[in-house]
Amino acid sequence: MSILRSSLLVAGKDLRIERRSRVAMQQVLPFGAIVLVLFAFALDPDRGLLSRVAPGLFWTAVLLAALLAVGRAFAVEEGNAARDGLRLSGLDGIAIFFGKAVAIVVELAVLEVVLGLGVVVLYDVEVHGLLLIVAAAIPATIGLAATGTVYGVLGLGVRARETLVPLLVLPAVTPVMLGGTQAFDAALDGRPGDGWPWVQLLWAFALLVVTLGALAFGPLLEES
Amino acid sequence: MTLKWLTGLTVVSLAVTVVLALVVAPADAVQGDAYRLMYLHVPTAWLAYLAFFVTAVASALWLWPRTRSTTWDLLAGASAEVGVIFTGLCLAMGSFWGRPIWGTWWEWDARVTTTAVLFFLYLGYLALRRTGVTAAERGKRCAIAALIAFADVPVVHFSVTWWETLHQDATVFNPKLDVHFEGFWMPFTLVFAVFAFTLLYATLVTARLQLAELEEGKEERELERAIERRVRVPAEQVPV
Amino acid sequence: MRVPSRVISLQSAVCLLGRFPALAGADLEVNAGDVVLLAGPNGAGKTTLLRLCAGLLAVRSGRAVVLGHDLASDRRAVRRSVGMVGHETFAYDDLTVSENVRFATRAAGRTREDADAAIVRVGLAELTGVAHGRLSQGQRRRLSLAIALARDPRLLLLDEPHAGLDAEGRAVVDDVMANAPTEGRTVLIASHEVDLARRFATREVAIVAGRAYEGRTAVAKVEPLMKVSP
Repeated sequence: MSILRSSLLVAGKDLRIERRSRVAMQQVLPFGAIVLVLFAFALDPDRGLLSRVAPGLFWTAVLLAALLAVGRAFAVEEGNAARDGLRLSGLDGIAIFFGKAVAIVVELAVLEVVLGLGVVVLYDVEVHGLLLIVAAAIPATIGLAATGTVYGVLGLGVRARETLVPLLVLPAVTPVMLGGTQAFDAALDGRPGDGWPWVQLLWAFALLVVTLGALAFGPLLEES
Repeated sequence: MTLKWLTGLTVVSLAVTVVLALVVAPADAVQGDAYRLMYLHVPTAWLAYLAFFVTAVASALWLWPRTRSTTWDLLAGASAEVGVIFTGLCLAMGSFWGRPIWGTWWEWDARVTTTAVLFFLYLGYLALRRTGVTAAERGKRCAIAALIAFADVPVVHFSVTWWETLHQDATVFNPKLDVHFEGFWMPFTLVFAVFAFTLLYATLVTARLQLAELEEGKEERELERAIERRVRVPAEQVPV
Repeated sequence: MRVPSRVISLQSAVCLLGRFPALAGADLEVNAGDVVLLAGPNGAGKTTLLRLCAGLLAVRSGRAVVLGHDLASDRRAVRRSVGMVGHETFAYDDLTVSENVRFATRAAGRTREDADAAIVRVGLAELTGVAHGRLSQGQRRRLSLAIALARDPRLLLLDEPHAGLDAEGRAVVDDVMANAPTEGRTVLIASHEVDLARRFATREVAIVAGRAYEGRTAVAKVEPLMKVSP
């Protein structure tokens, strides 16, 4: 079976599990929303501070929620020795990588739309430069999902996986955090020219992680 | 033996460095004597990145089937352990040096921030190493993690540098910690300090590596013994 | 494609589980069409042997060749010709019987029809829409068997085939074991229930302390060491 078909098969499997169990919808999404609320508690909501720092807060909330989404994506493979099943299945490591990453991208996309609305509503943000916002969010999400997928499989079968994987993922996605925040900032401020270079950076990061991840996933799955 | 020579050479070089840095090199026109922390800060920064580079190269050598050897895995770990110490020292030194100059304990400039991210990448890698006891268990995971982190560092550096240029204007008073070199002794001392610290790094890594190889050798022997014991099962238990 | 007649060839194979040598120099030769009973006490290495033959484990030393593939260099290639039914089902709790079997089948490059046929064969046709998490233990094992059969494996590895099954389930498994040779499958059965497996087995091998000993006498010596299965 071709890599594309295999990837779609795995992505479909993960998304079907999500549709059945609703963990992303009913747990990860609310978690992201709660983080937004916590930020409002931490910073004074009256002085317009929230709307000024909204891009950073948005990406922080997305990042933290993404850690949960990644954790869940691989917790699914721990039960019933499903990872043995994956290894026996004969699926190519590259296909499984793309499949799982695509499923996480879909979940994160929904998360970002909802949290984006949350930010607009809760932090009183005026939306400008939507094109730049979407153009930045796409590579940022791909980079985030790919990083999470490769570290997620690395964590399979490792003790203290739930704390170790976040520790590995967060420093690694610094470029996403910086790029996403700066691009969104530029868009909301009406300075799209400042934002497009960040979009390029985000694509560079995404391509780097996707390439490394695709190559590393198979060997890492063998180790788990 | 080599380690003894290395240690001796390191101690001598460090002693010379101390003399050069504190006595021989002249005081800086702008920063006075405070600048002398540079002779500690710059070498530790250099080593923080060198150690990471060594970890990455050792990991790559371990991953490549033709050059695979437990030594590479142990070297990657040893270099990371020494590297994380130097990274921490670098951040601390930067902070102590910056306090009288900046007025604050921390500034979010590109180098400091990238070094901070590097520090966390180290911590993650070292935490990962502790999850497996033998080289076989650790091997691939750690090697791949090290390489991904290593590939990530330039991207992080680039994004942070770019980020810094954006908010530099916002800070009213943000002089760089860069020092203007005058005469011969200042640059010479710096180069010598880097050399001395690199020797220190080599000594520490060699010592750590030797210790790790002893431990690994012991694990291997115990494993072989366990296999032997199982293979030579007492006659009563054999069903034929 | 000509299937080699020597399906499994292990010579002094050593396999580690962590730091423990679960297989300590196992020798085993299995030919096409054999139905081999592996009998031995808990912890002897039966499961490890099965997992090794499935291509899931690395060989530390010794020689291991399964279906013409050398496990030291190419164990991934073995997996597509192997079906395994073990302690775990390899299934996803949130997916239904049908979804689980179809996923595994399509991943192996076979069709939906193969999946559905396997589900019928194990007698789960009425439960296709039930999530794996809601199945009883016996039903889960049958699902696991369906997944294994749908791949049309040359080598079938059964770990305690009757464990947790009701009468109907046991009949299904017995049918599979009985028909395996005619279907061109080689079978390894790890089991406590020596008498049961004997009905189908063409050979018997005792597994003790990580090594394999051929023959009825060996198995007879090992029987008292095995716990009576529930």
